[in-house]
Amino acid sequence: MRLRLIPDDTTLQIIPLRRHAMIGSVVAIVASAVLYVAIGLNFGIDFRGGILIEVRIPEVPQVTEVRGAFEGAGLGEVAIQEFGEETDFLVRIERQPGGDGAQQAAVETARSHLAAAFGDAVEYRRVEFVGPTVSQDLLRGGAIAVLLAVVAMLLYIMFRFEMAFAWGAVVALVHDVILTIGVFSITGLEFNVATVAALLLIVGYSMNDTVVVYDRVRENLRKYKKTSLDLVLNRSINETLSRTVNTTVTTILALGALILLGGPVVQDFSFAMIWGITVGTYSSIFLAAPLLLTFGVRRGAETPGPKAEGERAA
Amino acid sequence: MIHVPRWQIAVAVIAVVFAIVYSAPNFLPSSVSWLPGDPVRLGLDLQGGSHLLLRVDSDVVLEERIESVLDEIRTRFRGAGIGYTDIGVRQLAGGLTLTDPAQGEQAQELAEEADETLEIDLDASGRMTFRLDSTAEKELRISALSQSQEVIRRRIDETGTNEPTIQRQGDDRILVQLPGVDDPERIKRLLGQTAKMNFRMVDETASIPEALAGRVPPGSELLYEDDGSEQGIPIVVRRRVGVSGDNLVGAAPVIDQNNQPVVSLRFDAAGARRFGDLTTENVGRRFAIVLDGRVISAPVIREPIPGGSGQISGNFTFETASDLALLLRAGALPAPLVILEERTVGPSLGRDSIAAGTLAGQVALLLVIIYMVAVYGLFGVAADIALAVNIALLLGILSALGATLTLPGIAGIALTIGMAVDANVLIFERIREETRRGRSPVSAIDTGYRQALRAIIDANVTTLIAALVLFQMGSGPIRGFAVTLAVGVFTTMFCSLIISRLLVLTWLSRTRPQVLKV
Repeated sequence: MRLRLIPDDTTLQIIPLRRHAMIGSVVAIVASAVLYVAIGLNFGIDFRGGILIEVRIPEVPQVTEVRGAFEGAGLGEVAIQEFGEETDFLVRIERQPGGDGAQQAAVETARSHLAAAFGDAVEYRRVEFVGPTVSQDLLRGGAIAVLLAVVAMLLYIMFRFEMAFAWGAVVALVHDVILTIGVFSITGLEFNVATVAALLLIVGYSMNDTVVVYDRVRENLRKYKKTSLDLVLNRSINETLSRTVNTTVTTILALGALILLGGPVVQDFSFAMIWGITVGTYSSIFLAAPLLLTFGVRRGAETPGPKAEGERAA
Repeated sequence: MIHVPRWQIAVAVIAVVFAIVYSAPNFLPSSVSWLPGDPVRLGLDLQGGSHLLLRVDSDVVLEERIESVLDEIRTRFRGAGIGYTDIGVRQLAGGLTLTDPAQGEQAQELAEEADETLEIDLDASGRMTFRLDSTAEKELRISALSQSQEVIRRRIDETGTNEPTIQRQGDDRILVQLPGVDDPERIKRLLGQTAKMNFRMVDETASIPEALAGRVPPGSELLYEDDGSEQGIPIVVRRRVGVSGDNLVGAAPVIDQNNQPVVSLRFDAAGARRFGDLTTENVGRRFAIVLDGRVISAPVIREPIPGGSGQISGNFTFETASDLALLLRAGALPAPLVILEERTVGPSLGRDSIAAGTLAGQVALLLVIIYMVAVYGLFGVAADIALAVNIALLLGILSALGATLTLPGIAGIALTIGMAVDANVLIFERIREETRRGRSPVSAIDTGYRQALRAIIDANVTTLIAALVLFQMGSGPIRGFAVTLAVGVFTTMFCSLIISRLLVLTWLSRTRPQVLKV
């Protein structure tokens, strides 16, 4: 028996649902924007600057004991969190006033306070600090990278397809990015350089899904010249649905393994990817394809493509 | 029958052999050394180590240069009888006010003679400002950066760190990567000092209370002598440098006759002569050993020291004496360094990350393999074999390229596993469709691979674009991730279009099925 998530010859009526989908997406986008403005993102030290220390303290202290170690250290806000094992703690210290040099001094202060409280047994698994200069660079670089990726995708689709496709794809893409930012606002998960990497991959993946649907649309536009655009679109979506779902499932299986077993460092990254891929799959089906109706595809101008050659060769 | 060109078979066989040979060291114990490749190099986040991003504060160099230009101008003005007040350096520019603005033209000429790289501004009130022109400024900054890089390299080499990377980044930054260092504190301490040392005479005519009240005799300055306390003992020292630390050729920590750690020094010929003269002329007086604006010690010269070697004692432990000797051997930094960013991973976290990443990758592989067989049956097996080759090829290429595998890179491999089958999914779905439309197995398979090609290329180019942007933006771990992803795109295309196709076609020609069960 074969596993078939999407039965053969599925004819779901996706296109007629497009108004609902668009309203849903607009609501989700507005909600994300409101969340972003109201709550904001929980920037990690990459973007906010500050200090992150992961320590292993063999005598298994309570979180409050670790917090107590920093009393009177004058380091401002210090957040302690158990991390993975019960001996492991993540210490986050806010960015120190006084520029780049002050962070370095604060790391030394933090180490001396930990040593005073727990002796030499403290093992430093990770020490990171990012000063204000670098955090601003990283934030700017990350924003530019996401924009650059979106523009690059737009250009590529313009080059491979026609304008309406490019706009449809980019709207779907921006939708995915905004919804991912929204989910990071509401969950308060840390937003860092790895999250931006995940965003870029989501952009790539969402594009990947959209391109497959569009490729079929283009092919069917040539094949069914007399059929109305909405029927062609609906047909193309259904024909590629099985592929879209199967690829999404294998990717999510891999990411699921990462989220459960990959260790705490890649967990947030994997979560962002799973969310983005789910949203990306939705947007290629329910937004990118129906948007072609909105942006208007030129009919009848389709140039004979590789399809015609393929037919001859076969 | 579909014709398979021989070169495709040859390429496939070569690729599989390459993949096996070059990825094998990653799975075998390191004792198997007859294989040509090495295991893939691990990033700092996996093997442990320290990443430090430093900024060279080259403003200091500019200010020193302008300071010395001002000294020169002072001498010339005095010689020409030009009076001035309010001389000093502010915000990378020197300035003074002429007592008689009528002398402006003459003053300007003299200043131009003093240094031709100056841009001189003179206003009606007689206020003159001096700035280095942009070429001179740029040259100074670049040379400060390259000198700093050199000194950092020497200091780190002295600590015996294995394979450090010391790279310039941008106009004023230096990236230092120290694999395997689990105590970066010492290195940070070593890099945190400019280690400018010189020997100067103590101004014994000056009174300390007067100096503390802000009345320091001209040509002298108030410094503090190290006595183990935070503040130190105030001492007035002449500005004129007797012997500079630049003249040192050797320094080593030794234990002196009182069983105290001291640093022994050796000067070059010029330094030895100057040190000899200085000590001969000043027997019975005190001289100060000044390091980065702080006096290490200020001993009395008991007798001339002609041989070009000496000892400095101070408030040392053996460790601080060793570090000072190291700094003196490696030379002074032209400007102070500021650590902008540190990322240090201890070896235990690195090991845990490798273990977790490997386990996650294996489970991901297993899940995807099972799913593909469940959905596509025999075709799924072909896709799975292609996937296995793909992973081996990816690891082999990363190893052979000497690329660095980081924790995000491992995540990238796991993700590649999930996405790699996409190309085969596209093909198999197409074959399935074509079969449903009544094509024969041969025709369906041929059309399937042919028709899916366009979508596969488009889909992979988009991933490649994302990888390129990632590489552009990223540093360290993120770059490793981007490289893994980009290499993954190529191996994936190769494996799904060539390897899986060959497998399917071989099966087709062996069994000649009448009906396809995709």
